[in-house]
Amino acid sequence: MTDTVTGAGVPAMFGARFYPAALEWIARRAEAFVIPLAALVVGMALFSLFIALVGKSPVLLYETMWRGGFGSWFSIQNSLSRAAPLLLAALCVALPARLGLVVIGGEGAIVLGGVAAAAIGVALSGAPSSIVILAMGVAGLAAGGIWIGAVGALRHYRAVNETISSLLMAYIAIALMNQLVEGPLRDPASLNKPSTQPLADIYRIGNIPGMDVHWGLVVGVVACILSWVLIEKTRWGFAARIAGGNVRAAQVQGLAVGPLIVGFTALAGGFAGLAGMLEVAAVQGSANASLAAGYGYTGILVAFLARHNPLAIIPVAILLGGIDASGGLIQRRLDLPDATVLVLQGMIFIVILFSETFYGRFKAFNPDLWKRPDLLKGTA
Amino acid sequence: MDATEIGLWGVPLAILGGAIRVSTPFIFVSLGEAITERSGRINLGLEGTLVFGAMTAYAVAVMTNSPWIGLLAAAFAGLCFGLFHGWICKFPKVNDIAIGIALMLFGSGLAFFFGKPFIKPKAPNLPAIPFGGWSDIPQVQAALDVNVLFLIGAVLSVILWWAFRNTRAGLIVRVVGDSSDAARAMGLNPDTVRLAATGVGGALAGIGGAYLSLYYPGSWTERISSGQGLMAVALVIFARWNPLGCFAAALLFGGAGALGPALQSVGVTQGYYLFYAAPYILTLIIMIATSSPTRSLAGAPGELSITK
Repeated sequence: MTDTVTGAGVPAMFGARFYPAALEWIARRAEAFVIPLAALVVGMALFSLFIALVGKSPVLLYETMWRGGFGSWFSIQNSLSRAAPLLLAALCVALPARLGLVVIGGEGAIVLGGVAAAAIGVALSGAPSSIVILAMGVAGLAAGGIWIGAVGALRHYRAVNETISSLLMAYIAIALMNQLVEGPLRDPASLNKPSTQPLADIYRIGNIPGMDVHWGLVVGVVACILSWVLIEKTRWGFAARIAGGNVRAAQVQGLAVGPLIVGFTALAGGFAGLAGMLEVAAVQGSANASLAAGYGYTGILVAFLARHNPLAIIPVAILLGGIDASGGLIQRRLDLPDATVLVLQGMIFIVILFSETFYGRFKAFNPDLWKRPDLLKGTA
Repeated sequence: MDATEIGLWGVPLAILGGAIRVSTPFIFVSLGEAITERSGRINLGLEGTLVFGAMTAYAVAVMTNSPWIGLLAAAFAGLCFGLFHGWICKFPKVNDIAIGIALMLFGSGLAFFFGKPFIKPKAPNLPAIPFGGWSDIPQVQAALDVNVLFLIGAVLSVILWWAFRNTRAGLIVRVVGDSSDAARAMGLNPDTVRLAATGVGGALAGIGGAYLSLYYPGSWTERISSGQGLMAVALVIFARWNPLGCFAAALLFGGAGALGPALQSVGVTQGYYLFYAAPYILTLIIMIATSSPTRSLAGAPGELSITK
């Protein structure tokens, strides 16, 4: 083999002489696109096998899933509504992941954010709606931020494992919500399902014009874009990546790792708290046990599937929102338990994590080889 | 004798009885996790294994009318989950903690999926030995009604404590957990040892699940586990990977878990949900108190990613 690039035997458009920058751009990202997509397909194929083994038709299942999630304008709106909290819950995992932390207790921040927002909304009733909604948003952000920020602080200053502590704190948060909703914050009129007092209609968050989807979707998308800018374009994001790679190296460089960890985890928890606030202000109208609907846990899967990239979270959250939305239809049409969606999510999750082992293993994804098509030939 | 005559003495008694009842799943899961972590891996998925074990035990017990066959089935299901975790984690770049989270969700999902038809029927329970027979007081009798699995768990923790120190198998697990390189130099394959350790850990977690559905609370519901599998992982760290410590910590956690119901039984209903959260709060406090940023934990296996 020689060092001269001839491009012989390769279609002209793949020749390194043409658009080398564009080619390298694609080459560097091909791996990050192809491997998760392939893992998603393999996960769904395994699930088809599972469904066939329990005696149901995988074709009918995926058809139903499509119809329930994306087949009509009605179902698309339903999927988008479910994607809204998933976007924010996934950020609660993706932001700390930049620092090498695995935070899985977003559910707790969602629940407390919702309770705090409901309490503020009721306490301020009478004030102008814009102020109350803003105060509710701040309350949700603050409650979630303090909760997960504490996880980050415990991690850095006391070396308490963040994965376990965040999940323990999620259980504590749910107990705290039950205590508040059944006790001091309870609306005496809520008999069967203890709730806080319902928010007045003017304090509810409405729908995006022309759609049956509340504004939470926009909030979630904006939060994802801002998070991407924070991670990719600011010095804090850069510092976080260094600290995530090697804490000691970051400290030697003079980076304030402690504030960085607390700041990132607090922001992450704040987003999850905001998801709780949106559930209260746009969907439930009051805080109750429905806040712990599992968005925090699906958010973990969304973040891992998106490989902790905030922009990738947007399509993944919509996809999983759609799978979530089709759960009811699957249950009725195929006579399967509602946990069917959980099994699918679990399978995809495992395959996605397994696919990590394939990064860097395929020569076809090596940008250097793309510049040298003669080396690429025959490796595919 | 009248039930109310023992009055407030009922509270510590109910906590003692509750500690024995509630602690048993903690004992099994934490012993299983101790074996796994001693080999250098952490399996956070034991929560899912626990739930799936509970479902399997209940379903098989309903179908065969024998709680013991149900128990064996749960142990086997747990073994499969553990082996799967052990197998998948041997591939490079696959993170054992993340796989554990996925298995936690997958195990619970699978258990709810297959467990749906078994929510209604009644399964035969595992037997208990009435150690309180000498007393006429019903509370004492209730508190000292000890399930055989608790006794097995107590014996097992002593055996494991002894085995880690004195047997070849115990030494092999410890070497692999402390240094993969040293293990390889001894001619051991760390992946194989960890596979076995994770498998055994899963089987023990499955037994813990069987106790939940076949004795206390004694029925299969989707809310059967409230994070015992996860707390057990934290508990192992607190117990410094020592099986005897696991047993003691499990009793402590059982007592904390029994606090709410015990107070409720004497009429204290204020703050019920907060007492319900006592085991989680206790776990968190213990983790904060025993962790340190400046020194590694005494007795921690060197290869364990959670302490690195």
